[in-house]
Amino acid sequence: MSEWAAAPAPFVRRLLTVLGVDELGAYRVLRVADVETPEPQPGQFAMLAAAERWGGGEDERPYLPRAFSIARRRIGESHFLLEDVGPGTRRLCELREGDGLWALGPLGKGFSPPPPRHRAILVGGGVGIAPLAILQDALEAGAETDVTVLLGFRDGARARGSSLLHGAQVATDDGSVGHHGLLTELLSKELYRDSRAQVYACGPAPMLEAVRAMCTTRDVPAQLALEAGMACGFGACYGCAVPKRGGGYVRVCVDGPVIDASELEGVSEHAGAAA
Amino acid sequence: MSPPAARPGADAAVAIEFCGLTLAHPVINGSGTFDAIAARRAFGAALVRDFPFAAFVSKTITLAPRAGNPAPRLWETAGGLINSIGLPNKGLDGYLAEDLPQLAELLGARADAAEGPVPLITNVMGSSAQEFSALVTACDERAEIAAIELNVSCPNVATGLDIGADPRQLAQVVGACRTATRKPLIVKLTPNTADVPACALAAQEGGADAVSLINTLRAMALAPGAGGERGPWLGGGTGGLSGPAIRAVALAQVSAVAARVAIPVVGMGGVQRVAHARDLLDAGATLVAVGTETFRDPVAAMRIAEDLRAQS
Repeated sequence: MSEWAAAPAPFVRRLLTVLGVDELGAYRVLRVADVETPEPQPGQFAMLAAAERWGGGEDERPYLPRAFSIARRRIGESHFLLEDVGPGTRRLCELREGDGLWALGPLGKGFSPPPPRHRAILVGGGVGIAPLAILQDALEAGAETDVTVLLGFRDGARARGSSLLHGAQVATDDGSVGHHGLLTELLSKELYRDSRAQVYACGPAPMLEAVRAMCTTRDVPAQLALEAGMACGFGACYGCAVPKRGGGYVRVCVDGPVIDASELEGVSEHAGAAA
Repeated sequence: MSPPAARPGADAAVAIEFCGLTLAHPVINGSGTFDAIAARRAFGAALVRDFPFAAFVSKTITLAPRAGNPAPRLWETAGGLINSIGLPNKGLDGYLAEDLPQLAELLGARADAAEGPVPLITNVMGSSAQEFSALVTACDERAEIAAIELNVSCPNVATGLDIGADPRQLAQVVGACRTATRKPLIVKLTPNTADVPACALAAQEGGADAVSLINTLRAMALAPGAGGERGPWLGGGTGGLSGPAIRAVALAQVSAVAARVAIPVVGMGGVQRVAHARDLLDAGATLVAVGTETFRDPVAAMRIAEDLRAQS
């Protein structure tokens, strides 16, 4: 499979029109009309802000746009997965059909295809399943790759997000759906069955760190989609830096968000979300 | 591909002289708020074609490389942003060898060669007059650099704070830099001191060709939680506040400084729209810089420059 190309983002914020915000358990799928966006590489993201009433929420926030993985492309549409965790995501969850949305992107470096004769194991936690949906689309368009999907959630309401992908094995913290326990327990079983795999992971920092550690120990290549608070999304603010192996930092926005596990010493809490 | 957008530079009505440089319009970037090399990776050729700033100010360069502060580095406030980035940079040698050729190529590669390259202003910071002098001497030797800005005011780094807040030390540092170059010298003043106009006068007496202000205001946020266990949220402890939250402060300081010095003033702080730029210009600024608004809208400076032209 050849590399998935990343096109440069248009050098302008585009005002898109919301087609709908669909409930998906504890999450929302934001669908916007988006004809002109260059085809994103799976794992790329966009900076989003509501066109109206961005600001004026709790503590007069949000002020800055928020970064979201492009969860899916359909003809003429882009989809984003939202969870209401703060003033920015709350405002986006309130959007309705016909509302305006500022979008800048696609931005960043996304996923690379698996090495030849490796299956793909997609490991997603919580709202971090978003970039794995467009990744599953891309892998299955290639046809020859065997794709395994492992998704973990806190509870049953969030586990309904698993329908964003198909054929998923699900784990929940409270045991309400699927495996009662950690996602990495499912990953461990899969790697035991056949370790010739490329792992793709996105989710909360502790989950990503567990996946990174397991893959490093077992010598399995892993691509991790990181999340970090960022002001701009295009390398200007230097706010989204995460420590890299051997010292120094990488910027999640331009060096990532997808970063090979081998480039990291670990995934720390502070790579966590901006709400 | 769509034709290039009309650029404000084409109209001589807003072209402006600044320290011997001819700028296409009066809107530049604040240091550390735009990475042209990274932006080219994100936006490709469109960045070069539609470069939004009339001059490009680099992020701060120090003698030795700096990794920057530990995460988290950002905190969103009401209408603003606190940053504690910590001036990550490759160090002087790395900048001159790696970044400068790329920047010169990028800034010179405009579609309309008649406009000439976008002037590059290199921002430097040292912890002493000797360090500043060494940085300026090295920049002086490079033709790609049109002007030099001295960061004497970054509140994230202890060394920068004292120099810019003390008129005597500031005049001494600027004087040392003045003997090291004939290129235009801009002094970026700190707002975190009692008497900013006195510092501006000291910079002028030291030989500065211009002053720029305001830098970010020292600010802090506490980590979530309760009680005495709460430490600072930012990895660097405190940070600098920018954005609309500081706009009125910026206007007061720019106005006060412009009334006291004879040299040009670059005004900045919370500029989001043409009206805010107009305020700073009417208060006595020669140029305005856009910073945090660029994070929200990467072509904000071009939008403001076009609106200024429409008003002229």
